[in-house]
Amino acid sequence: MIKLLEARGVGKRFGGLTALSDVSLTINKGEVYGLIGPNGAGKTTFFNVLTGAYIPDDGEFVFNGTELPSGKPHLVVEQGIARTFQNIRLFGQMTALENVMAGHHIRTKAGVWGILTQNKHTREEERLTTERAYELLKYVGIERFAHTICKNLSYGDQRRLEIARALASEPQLLALDEPAAGMNATETSQLKVLIEQIRHDGVTVLLIEHDVKLVMGLCDRVAVLDFGKKIAEDVPAVVQKNEAVISAYLGGPKHAH
Amino acid sequence: MNELIEAVPFLGKRNPRLTKWLIIIVALVAPLIAAYFGRSWMRILDFALLYMMLALGLNLVVGFAGLLDLGYIAFYAVGAYTWAFLASPHFGVHMPFWIVLPLGAAFAALAGIILGFPVLRLRGDYLAIVTLGFGEIVRIFMNNLNHPVNITNGPQGINALDSLNLFGWNLSQSLTIGDFKIHYLYLYYYFFLLCVVGSIIFIKRLQISRVGRAWAAMRDDELAAKAIGINTRNMKLLAFALGATFGGVAGGLFGSFQGFVSPESFSLMESIAVLTMVVFGGMGNIAGAVVGALILTALPEILRHIALPVQEAVFGTVILDPEVLRMLLLSLAMILMMLLRPAGLVPAHARYSRPELLKGGA
Repeated sequence: MIKLLEARGVGKRFGGLTALSDVSLTINKGEVYGLIGPNGAGKTTFFNVLTGAYIPDDGEFVFNGTELPSGKPHLVVEQGIARTFQNIRLFGQMTALENVMAGHHIRTKAGVWGILTQNKHTREEERLTTERAYELLKYVGIERFAHTICKNLSYGDQRRLEIARALASEPQLLALDEPAAGMNATETSQLKVLIEQIRHDGVTVLLIEHDVKLVMGLCDRVAVLDFGKKIAEDVPAVVQKNEAVISAYLGGPKHAH
Repeated sequence: MNELIEAVPFLGKRNPRLTKWLIIIVALVAPLIAAYFGRSWMRILDFALLYMMLALGLNLVVGFAGLLDLGYIAFYAVGAYTWAFLASPHFGVHMPFWIVLPLGAAFAALAGIILGFPVLRLRGDYLAIVTLGFGEIVRIFMNNLNHPVNITNGPQGINALDSLNLFGWNLSQSLTIGDFKIHYLYLYYYFFLLCVVGSIIFIKRLQISRVGRAWAAMRDDELAAKAIGINTRNMKLLAFALGATFGGVAGGLFGSFQGFVSPESFSLMESIAVLTMVVFGGMGNIAGAVVGALILTALPEILRHIALPVQEAVFGTVILDPEVLRMLLLSLAMILMMLLRPAGLVPAHARYSRPELLKGGA
């Protein structure tokens, strides 16, 4: 197994609140890695620290053998990590196609001069970006809405669009923050197929999810966060039986106050 | 161009090709029509074109990149004063336009970056206040840099600026071909028209490019824009610099056309006037900026010509000065606009891609 991402003792505090403390985990190439935990356990904070939105107070991330820059989201994307958001964040005034094209930004180079003169390189790059974006819309299955303003798409399609936009940056690791939130059973099972396809096509997936059925059916390994600490990490079947995990979710003697 | 065609009521959607030619013909013969009503109307048309350039540049910053800039006129001032310094008897320097205009644009872009750096982290109201302050700082500098060393000649301004001289062809002298005399206002009109068309092409190309999409992304959701790999710092600075460039060029043209610059021309009211044009026309699309600038330059002048005779006919005397009335009606128009058409007069959807590129592949 090849290590893709390694978190080493990551910690993050907001004032007196410790959102993450000493979280270490390793994600291998090609797996679907689940990150679960009760509300407020620090899952989204972990995402934000990983993708450079927050600067960690302790620890570091090693991606493909090099340390990730902290606090510089665009450099993290350039290294090959893309994310989606828990509450959908699309670019509301753009069409679905344009959203995906915007996601390809980091892999294109045209400068102002090239755009002004519309030189050969710029035109070719623009054509490739457009075609690639359309391919990705097809990949997630919403190409018929390519020219629809994205806020007019249905909820499930917006989620798919966000995934397509993230894939447009050609990531090696795709971090999905509760992709199934608010989806009905049919949409969730379609999403499961899509994530499996993404993994099959060589992209490692880091998944935050509340839908236990989805996590257990999809993930190769699962880590559980509670109060900012990692309390378990293993294959889903083992984690499911872990006592600390059960008490974290349902409340147990450890949490009796 | 397509946005402009669609903006034409009734005809625009039914017969785009006819509309296109109509727009081109109107743009070409406009000064002839204006001349029929008098020279002053030709000057107004020339100014409308300058304001179009300003509105296009500001639209790039406010409409595309979503950075509310209330001090935009400062870049216009930088361009105009660059012309005044390098092409007037003030310092005795008389450089040709192909040096002064790019220099003015470059200085304005530099001013844009200087403004950009401290405001990188600001948004919305806070950004507006800082940019407003920046605009005032530039104006006050122009006003006071006559002491101890006289640089800007203070509130008196600088006059006798060189007029535009296109490689030996002086635009402010009427052209005589045989018995036929072309007034210099025509020459300026067509030169400015060329500049506006150039600006539109440039901005359209920017809009449908990775840069335009990055700006739109940043405007719609800055956090998400960062998360998909857009370097928002660079993109903001680029927006400020490029927007300022248009202001700088327009400023230089203004200096050459007017022959006189003073700090008075670059007051906060002017910044607001340009912003009003952008908002009135429709933020974030090129046609909006063009239509907004045209209407809001022409309307007050029409008002001036109507308000006086009407008041005299009705009341026998002039009760309200047209200047006062202008602000009143402009504000009223803005309020009605925000209530009835909050997206502006031309609420066109701006395109950020060329779907026609797909026909080959999909």
